Amino acid sequence: MPTFVYMTRCDGCGHCVDICPSDIMHIDKTTRRAYNIEPNMCWECYSCVKACPHQAIDVRGYADFAPLGHSVRVKRDEEKGVIAWRIKFRNGEKDMDLLAPITTKPWGSGTPDLREEEAPTQDQRDSQHLYNEPKYIRFDEGTVATLESNGLEMKAGVHY
Amino acid sequence: MKYDTIIEDEIDILVCGAGLGGTGAAFEARYWGQDKKIVIAEKANIDRSGAVAQGLYAINCYMGTRFGENNPEDHVRYARIDLMGMVREDLLFDMARHVDSTVHQFEEWGLPLMRDPDSGNYQREGRWQIMIHGESYKPIVAEAAKKSADKVFNRICVTHLLMDDAKENRIAGAVGFNVRTGNYHVFKSKTVIVGAGGASNIFKPRSVGEGAGRVWYAPWSSGSAYGLLIGAGAKMTQMENRIVLARFKDGYGPVGAYFLHLKTYTQNGMGEEYESKWWPSLQEIVGKEYLDPELSHATHRPIPTCLRNHAFIQEVNAGRGPIHMVTMEAFQDPHLEEIGWHNFLGMTVGQAVLWAATDVDPKYENPELTTSEPYVMGSHATGCGAWCSGPSDLSPPEYYWGYNRMTTVEGLFGAGDAVGGTPHAFSSGSFTEGRLAAKAACQYIDDGKAEGISVSDEQIEQRKEDIYKPMETYRIYRNEITAGSVNPNYINPRQALDRLQKLMDEYAGGVTVSYMTNEKLLNIGLKKMKMLEEDLEKVAAEDIHELLRAWEIKHRQLTSEAVLQHTLFRKETRWPGYYYRGDHLKVDDENWHVLTVSRRDRETGEYTMEKAPCYHLVDVDKKEESAA
Repeated sequence: MPTFVYMTRCDGCGHCVDICPSDIMHIDKTTRRAYNIEPNMCWECYSCVKACPHQAIDVRGYADFAPLGHSVRVKRDEEKGVIAWRIKFRNGEKDMDLLAPITTKPWGSGTPDLREEEAPTQDQRDSQHLYNEPKYIRFDEGTVATLESNGLEMKAGVHY
Repeated sequence: MKYDTIIEDEIDILVCGAGLGGTGAAFEARYWGQDKKIVIAEKANIDRSGAVAQGLYAINCYMGTRFGENNPEDHVRYARIDLMGMVREDLLFDMARHVDSTVHQFEEWGLPLMRDPDSGNYQREGRWQIMIHGESYKPIVAEAAKKSADKVFNRICVTHLLMDDAKENRIAGAVGFNVRTGNYHVFKSKTVIVGAGGASNIFKPRSVGEGAGRVWYAPWSSGSAYGLLIGAGAKMTQMENRIVLARFKDGYGPVGAYFLHLKTYTQNGMGEEYESKWWPSLQEIVGKEYLDPELSHATHRPIPTCLRNHAFIQEVNAGRGPIHMVTMEAFQDPHLEEIGWHNFLGMTVGQAVLWAATDVDPKYENPELTTSEPYVMGSHATGCGAWCSGPSDLSPPEYYWGYNRMTTVEGLFGAGDAVGGTPHAFSSGSFTEGRLAAKAACQYIDDGKAEGISVSDEQIEQRKEDIYKPMETYRIYRNEITAGSVNPNYINPRQALDRLQKLMDEYAGGVTVSYMTNEKLLNIGLKKMKMLEEDLEKVAAEDIHELLRAWEIKHRQLTSEAVLQHTLFRKETRWPGYYYRGDHLKVDDENWHVLTVSRRDRETGEYTMEKAPCYHLVDVDKKEESAA
């Protein structure tokens, strides 16, 4: 379902241009509003729809297999940490509201800055451990698995 | 040339492509390289780039050793069986022993992982999959990568890797252009971690017109993981191992949660179970070792993805289509119905749109399934990618040359789709591979392996000329014609893509030939591919956006040529249901229980192919028993 942009809602702010993974939301030079320049490279990922501050972007199912008259709208709210969807069928018989969380933390607060971590020791560098390991593998006293610890060996040939 | 040259110098770790693999690399690099300069070059915007841009409703690779669920070797065996034996088990074990620590961090970062209300463990969808509310999966992990990196360059299409002029076969950075400003960007770096993506859109899609955008893998996955690595002369492995997906028709909505969690199942157009009737004839092709339905029924041993595709394809070709997913039972439960819809909204909104458009309510109607066109990638049920070193404590000599996830080019590492032989990594495993590559890259620098790198001005100027050539071609020849897109001197990127897709479809086993090919077809395909390569020297770009598409098609072409070469080399049908070699319609363990390895000469473009031994993880005890 390629995206399209409503003339009366778009103010040409460019948020969609900035976020589109496929580089297909561009600003039209005449109308100074956004539009989809390459619908057959649109994955209907909704990144631009979610990013639009004016709900100016919508989608219309791909012309080659999706009949007209449906609607899937979305509002994503980082502050509340939720995303709300509304799906309407072509025949009007089904109309669903669906809500899902998008994060469990205040937006942007959960990720660490590894510059603030103590530098790894030489032992850690020489080990197979990654950052936060071995603790984060199982949250117990165990260490990272090896061939020896798990009673294994690598053997060439046909084994099933 | 009107575009500026912008040089970013003295980089220690350059991450090319910041999907799940690249973000993992950038994040982890900061811990092991506290004072190192870490730079990300990303084709789109890191907040919504790569295959997870849209979100995911499940993390498909999680051991759960913490909950006593699985050990790393269990996952290795699973991937081995699913891929008909052809995997790199050192890399797989390594990924599996670290992946849980990645997932546990994701939860800490705010990614909503569902919990089983009874056990308190993560909510399982299947043995390896856990369910998440992952609409913001990508922006959350991007946040972690951004905090670690010194600089993030968004909208840089990396076209080539830079090679060291002082030492043969050593990496020196990368070049590309800014998709917005058009400027030429040069990244001089001691190491490069390629986290770029696999390839959609190289086989002709089933859809026509607009619907060509609704590919299973993202349309922006342009095979740059392979284009960059092959272009640098890195050895590749298992490039014949393309994947075909059984998915909801047209929208390509995922079926994993439907099969595993909602317990829906498939039937043919007559409402019959169809898979089992194909097993006896299929067993003659692959042998009981690879297909043992009784054992699979009695244990949790999976039936390989490709073999289930085979039954699907044969049943449809026998005239008993369409294949339906039986949803009408599960969807009577309102809770399961809601999960079914959320599953699409979280990762494939287009399928929800399609059902809304066609009034398909899975509660009252069983939706159709289809088998997709083939895709070339390395993190789903397929293992295309670079031939990489494994870790020191796991890898046999043939698989080990000093640094984990380093390709055969010194200082050049891979993660995610870029690494070959590591299927079933999915999002969490790709991120984990990025972490492993980053630690190894830091070690490579600390060991003094990146001293004395030199990049000549000639190399930088030559690449600049190469990059803008499609715009130059357009400028020179455009006015020879009145208007339109038909020009005897050039083709545009879309025309080149159409030709590539038709060629790959007809000669390399796409949907219109029911995934069938043979030696004769592949040789014709290679001949035509050479001509396409020559014509891509004449691809024309009207503007910077088309220049992006021009370089994407060049990466797709390099990827496709490797697919043809590898498919020609492996004289057997290893994965019925992914593709068939009509001239060798059987699994041939005697000659082909090996990994295929290729190298394209940087200067001549000539291919050399070799077999590499396939090592498997076996229990030490069992070996002693059989010896006794």
